[in-house]
Amino acid sequence: MSAEVEYEPVIGLEIHVQLKTRTKMFCCCALSFGDEPNVHTCPRCLGLPGTLPVVNAQAVHYGIMIGLALGCEIAPRSQFHRKNYFYPDLPKGYQISQYDVPICGPGRLADVRIHRVHLEEDAAKLVHVGESGRIHSADRSVVDFNRGGTPLAEIVTEPDLHSADDAREWLILLRTTLRAIGVSDVNMEEGSLRCDANVSLRPKGSTTLGTKTELKNMNSFRFLAQGVKAEIERQTKLLRSGEEVSQETLHFDPASGRITSLRSKEEAHDYRYFPEPDLVPLVVDDAMLEAARAELPELPSARAERFEETLGLPRDRARDLAFRTELGDFFEAALAAGGADADPIAVANWIPALVERIGSDADPASSKVSPGALAGLAGMVAAKSVNQTAAREVLTMLVASGGDPAQIVEREGLGAIDAQDSGLAEVVAAAIAADPGAADKVRGGNMKATGPLVGYVMRETKGRADGGEITRLIREQLGL
Amino acid sequence: MLERKTVDHVARLARLELSDAEKDKMAVELSQILDHIEAIRQLDLEGVEPTSHVVDIVNALRADVPHASLSRAVALASAPDPTDSGFGVPSPGASAE
Repeated sequence: MSAEVEYEPVIGLEIHVQLKTRTKMFCCCALSFGDEPNVHTCPRCLGLPGTLPVVNAQAVHYGIMIGLALGCEIAPRSQFHRKNYFYPDLPKGYQISQYDVPICGPGRLADVRIHRVHLEEDAAKLVHVGESGRIHSADRSVVDFNRGGTPLAEIVTEPDLHSADDAREWLILLRTTLRAIGVSDVNMEEGSLRCDANVSLRPKGSTTLGTKTELKNMNSFRFLAQGVKAEIERQTKLLRSGEEVSQETLHFDPASGRITSLRSKEEAHDYRYFPEPDLVPLVVDDAMLEAARAELPELPSARAERFEETLGLPRDRARDLAFRTELGDFFEAALAAGGADADPIAVANWIPALVERIGSDADPASSKVSPGALAGLAGMVAAKSVNQTAAREVLTMLVASGGDPAQIVEREGLGAIDAQDSGLAEVVAAAIAADPGAADKVRGGNMKATGPLVGYVMRETKGRADGGEITRLIREQLGL
Repeated sequence: MLERKTVDHVARLARLELSDAEKDKMAVELSQILDHIEAIRQLDLEGVEPTSHVVDIVNALRADVPHASLSRAVALASAPDPTDSGFGVPSPGASAE
C-alpha cells in the first residue's frame, strides 16, 4: 500500500440495553443494581435442572417500543434460540437469545440504519475482588447471579458511521431516544447501556469493506470516542506500512489508551445456535403493536425537526436541545412562560449559557433559574433594555440565587444606557479625547481601532452600554 | 465417516472428556445422524416452513410481577465452592469482564 492512500473509517455499533422491567427476562426474580450479591436468584436463573423459562410480557412490550422508536419492521412471528458456550457467568451453558428471526428487523435512527434488534438475557457478574476488598487468588473468582437473566435488547446498526465523533454523537441520540420512551435507565457507568464498535478502514472512494475488528468495553461516551479513534489510528498505521488488519476482538483500556487483543483466533466462536425448545414462538399481534405505539412519546428526532421547522431554530441548536430531553423540556417551559412575545430563537440562544453555568450534566429544571426567568432575560436582551454582557452577569446571579431578572437588573443598575441618553455620547467623547491615536486610526479607515475606544466606554459604563450604539456614536463623532 | 478432528472439536465445545473408544463410537453414531439429515435434505421441501415446535401454541408470556427469590444461604447450599456471598469458580483466566 502506498503511504498516500487516504482511508475512510467504517463503523458499526452493537448496543446492549438493560430493560427497565420489574423482573428478569425468564423468571420472577426482581431486578436490582448495587444490592448484596446473590440475593436475587431462583432455580430458573441459577439454571438448575428441571426448570423452565417463561417470557416476561413487559420485556416483549419494551422490545416492540424500541423497534417502533427506531422505525424497525416488527416481525409478526419470531422465536428464541440457544447460544451455546461455557463461561462461569452463564449457568445453563447457553444464553437464550434470538438468532435468524429477531423481534425487530431493519430500521433507521437519524443517518444510521438499524440492522436488527433482538431480545436476550444478560449474563451474571464475575467478581474478582472479595467482599473484604482483598483480591482473590488468580485461580478463583466469585459469581454474583443478581444480574443473570436481566432482560436485554441488543441493537445492531449497519456500518454507517465514519468517525469516532459521529459514533459518539449517534450513541447519545440513541440513549436520549431510549430514555424518552422509558424502556431503560441507559446508564453507561452502571452498565445498563453497553456499546461495542466494529471498526474497519477502506481506501476513500471504495465501497468494499475492509477487515473489521470488534472493540469492547467502552463504558462511557468519551471512552467510545477515544477507543474508536485509537483503533482507527492503529489500523491506519498497519495498512500504511503494508501490513494487514486481522479480525479479532479488542479491549480498549481508557487509562493507558492502549488496545489489546482479547481472544486468540483458535477460540473463534462456535455457538451452535438452535431453536429454544422450551419457548414457543413469539407472535406480535395488532393489540400488542397498538399498546406499544400508544406509549410512545414524541421522539427526540421528531422534536428536533419540530424545533427546526415550526420554531425556526438553526439545525444544530434544534438538535442540541431535542437530543437532551431535559434541555428541550426547559426550553419549551421557558417559551410557554414567556407567552406570545417569547422569541424561540432568542430563548434557545440562552440555553447554552445556562448549561455552561450549571454544569454540562445538570438538569436546568433543578437549578434556581425558573423557565420564566430565562424567558424574561432573553426578552430584555431582545428589547435592548439590557446588553449581552450585563445579561450574562444577570444569568450568573440567577443561577446563584434565583429571582426575577428585571428586579436584578434594577437592583444592580445593569440596565442598558438608553440610546438617546446624552450621557453615553459624553462618555464616547471622553474616550476619543483619552486616546487620540486610536481615534486617528479610525478616521483613517481602520475600524479595528475602535476596540480600545469601545473598551473605554464599556469600562466607564460598567458594561451597560450597547456595543452597536457605541460604534455608531464613535463614527458620528469622528465624522465618518 | 466423521473425521476424528471433528469429533474432538465437538467434544471440546461440549466440555466432554471422551476416551479413544468413546470417540470411535461417537464418530459412527454422529455420522449416522448426519446421514439421516442428508436423506431429509434430498426431499423437495420447497414452501415447507421449518418446524421448531410441534405444539401449536404461541406467546406463553407471564406478567412482570416479582416473586420472592431464594435466600442466599439456600442459593449457595449446593454450590461446590461457596464464599460468604457467592459461587466460587475457577477463574476463567483472561476475563471478558
